Amino acid sequence: MKAMETFVTPTPSRVNYLNATYGLKSWLLTKDHKRIALLYLGSISFFFLIGGLYAMAIRIELLTPQADLLQSTTYNKVFTQHGIIMVFFFLIPSIPATLGNFLVPMMIGAKDLAFPRINLLSWYIYMLGGIVTIYALLAGGIDTGWTFYTPFSTSFSNSYVVAAGLGIFISGFSSILTGLNFIVTIHTMRAPGMTWFRMPLFIWSHYATSLVMILGTPVIAITILLLAFERLAHIGIFDPAAGGDPVLFQHLFWFYSHPAVYIMVLPGMGVVSELIANFSRKNIFGYSFVAFSSLAIAVFGFLVWGHHLFVASQSVYAGMIFSFLSFAVAIPSAIKVFNWTATLYKGSISYDTPMLYALGFIGLFTVGGMTGLFLAALAVDVHVSDTYFIVAHFHYIMVGGTLLAYLGGLHYWWPKISGRMYPEGWGRFSALVVFVGFNLTFLPQFVLGYMGMPRRYHVYPPEFQVLHVLSSAGASILGIGLLIPLLYLIWSMRYGKIAASNPWNLPGLEWQTSSPPPTENFELTPVVTWEAYEFAPAEEIQVVGKFRDTSVEEV
Amino acid sequence: MPVRRKESRNKLAESYTIGHENEEHGHPALQHHFENMEQQREASTLGMWVFLVTEIMFFGGMFLAYTLYRSKYPEAFASASNHLDLKLGAINTVVLILSSFTMAMAVYSTQIGKRRNQIISLVLTLLLGITFLGIKAVEYHQKYVDHLIPGRLIPLRPFDASGVHLLPGAAKQNVEMFYWIYFAMTGMHAVHMIIGIGLISVILFLSWRGRYGPEYHNPVEVSGLYWHFVDIVWIFLFPLLYLLGRHLEH
Repeated sequence: MKAMETFVTPTPSRVNYLNATYGLKSWLLTKDHKRIALLYLGSISFFFLIGGLYAMAIRIELLTPQADLLQSTTYNKVFTQHGIIMVFFFLIPSIPATLGNFLVPMMIGAKDLAFPRINLLSWYIYMLGGIVTIYALLAGGIDTGWTFYTPFSTSFSNSYVVAAGLGIFISGFSSILTGLNFIVTIHTMRAPGMTWFRMPLFIWSHYATSLVMILGTPVIAITILLLAFERLAHIGIFDPAAGGDPVLFQHLFWFYSHPAVYIMVLPGMGVVSELIANFSRKNIFGYSFVAFSSLAIAVFGFLVWGHHLFVASQSVYAGMIFSFLSFAVAIPSAIKVFNWTATLYKGSISYDTPMLYALGFIGLFTVGGMTGLFLAALAVDVHVSDTYFIVAHFHYIMVGGTLLAYLGGLHYWWPKISGRMYPEGWGRFSALVVFVGFNLTFLPQFVLGYMGMPRRYHVYPPEFQVLHVLSSAGASILGIGLLIPLLYLIWSMRYGKIAASNPWNLPGLEWQTSSPPPTENFELTPVVTWEAYEFAPAEEIQVVGKFRDTSVEEV
Repeated sequence: MPVRRKESRNKLAESYTIGHENEEHGHPALQHHFENMEQQREASTLGMWVFLVTEIMFFGGMFLAYTLYRSKYPEAFASASNHLDLKLGAINTVVLILSSFTMAMAVYSTQIGKRRNQIISLVLTLLLGITFLGIKAVEYHQKYVDHLIPGRLIPLRPFDASGVHLLPGAAKQNVEMFYWIYFAMTGMHAVHMIIGIGLISVILFLSWRGRYGPEYHNPVEVSGLYWHFVDIVWIFLFPLLYLLGRHLEH
């Protein structure tokens, strides 16, 4: 048997996916999942910047109780466009389309995703959707709120609802194709020895995310299509004037848009599972529980949409069931939080930038999740419905959760992606700035909401001003905290320290090839003989030294 | 006590094997990122199944709207349904089932390597698909003549339900809603038929060039899956739109 094997150490090759071919065409027509991930990285950063500018406008307007910077109609458009850009063009593709695209094949030892051409197509579809949406913004904007509630959106709004809807409809297909590609890749392309329970938890969470993508996105597609026809041709099933039911729209919309929250946060949970285990240098506590809790979240996520309709003439009994099911989602989420915490216990923790983001994620996600329970409780929800309490809650999940995990993951895999290290000092500094800025922005909003400040208003009673000013101050700190990584990551692409193949010294497959990897990821197909997060005994010995002999004897 | 193995820092170093060289380089249709034809076939088949799941969810939104309003306005829906052309709908159902049969024959002929039968079956499938769309167009035209196109889809020709025999309790407004659901669902189905016809035309062209045979037939199979799916959607649409509630009239 020994004679059959040959041991080849993959040497850091000079030819990698970044310099294999040159020119604009080689990027725009690439079928390499790693290059497509970078195309996505560039484009979602662009959309994040636009969404951020809208957020700035909102926060500046809210500094004073009167309408000074923006008038009502403009303000309506600004918060709508902030929501649409951030949700559909940043948060939903953020982790799956960049980190997921880059890492899913590498982590399971495949050369590429199952359908490379469809992968490229998904980026073009995303860009087309983005361009159509930007056209809607430039032509005159849209003022319905990102939720497009009927009959306002179909009969009364005088803005570019159809164009914005079309943009979202188109970009939805990119998300469907990404999900489809991940599912097929994970099922059929795993390297020899990469069994389901040896897969990194990042892969499990992306599998669960993909399920939500393929089951939910088509529903929003048909809903928006019906909405567009209703608006254009004045026929309809949502318009009460035509015997339709606007609540049907809300049901269909939230059937996608609630699970969409899990499209945003599940990949983040996958990233955090990686970070926590690897920066504690310990196997994750309860691997299979963390893996299955991802699937459980995906399944439960489809059963709770009705908690968005507690005050929308839904039957009281339906409300009670949806309330109960919404509480149930807390179980798999809590399993994750507890298991991450238990993983930290007696780990050898290093506080590198990615780990700071991961720890921040756990704290902020817990706050976001706990306040979610307030909202799942029927009576409390009636009180705080459509207030800043909700705004704060979902920003804790989407920004405190997804964005932090995204940044953590980006730093963690940056050496693999770019072949260069980011500056660690700046990284830690900006992670702290982001954390402080984020909390200063959104913590006051919980209080505001509880005191009765409604969302989507730009004028408010003067007694709310202090909290609004605090929030705006926090937003500017958060903005700076996000600008710093943008600058130093771009800087590091040219001037950063050259990264080793495995700078963190970890067992994951993606670290066993050169940085940046060759186009085909691995020089030879890897054969996996170890579990995920199995750290080399050489290091464990230092921790558990005296147990070493026993374990060797057992072999 | 967990069993620990001795390991080197670079785990892959010990796991690369020579076995890699045994992989099939043979078939020209094997894409570079797959290990062998079997893996490629599995991936494309699973990909199509997953895609069909998304299609079910896509149509699902419309089926939900149909179910809701059918139960809310049974009389109006029955009146409108009675006005549809049952004969043409039934003929179209037979046409589609036949086309599914010819498609299955095309896949089978490819697998056993009978190229003549393969091409004949694909041509027949194509013709039956076009026949379906032709009959559908005749039906749509009838609705146009009867002023039954809902809303302002056709400018200057507003919906007018006066030609429809209304059952007691049926509101014209809801008859219009039925026609909107009818056009949305059958229209979306027709779009899928057109895509399917495009797909089969490509498959036919490549079959004629001799691309597919017993060793490589998954594109034919996968297109077949899509075609059968589109047929099955119709198998649900036909009774829901044409048949349900007919007894209320008589």
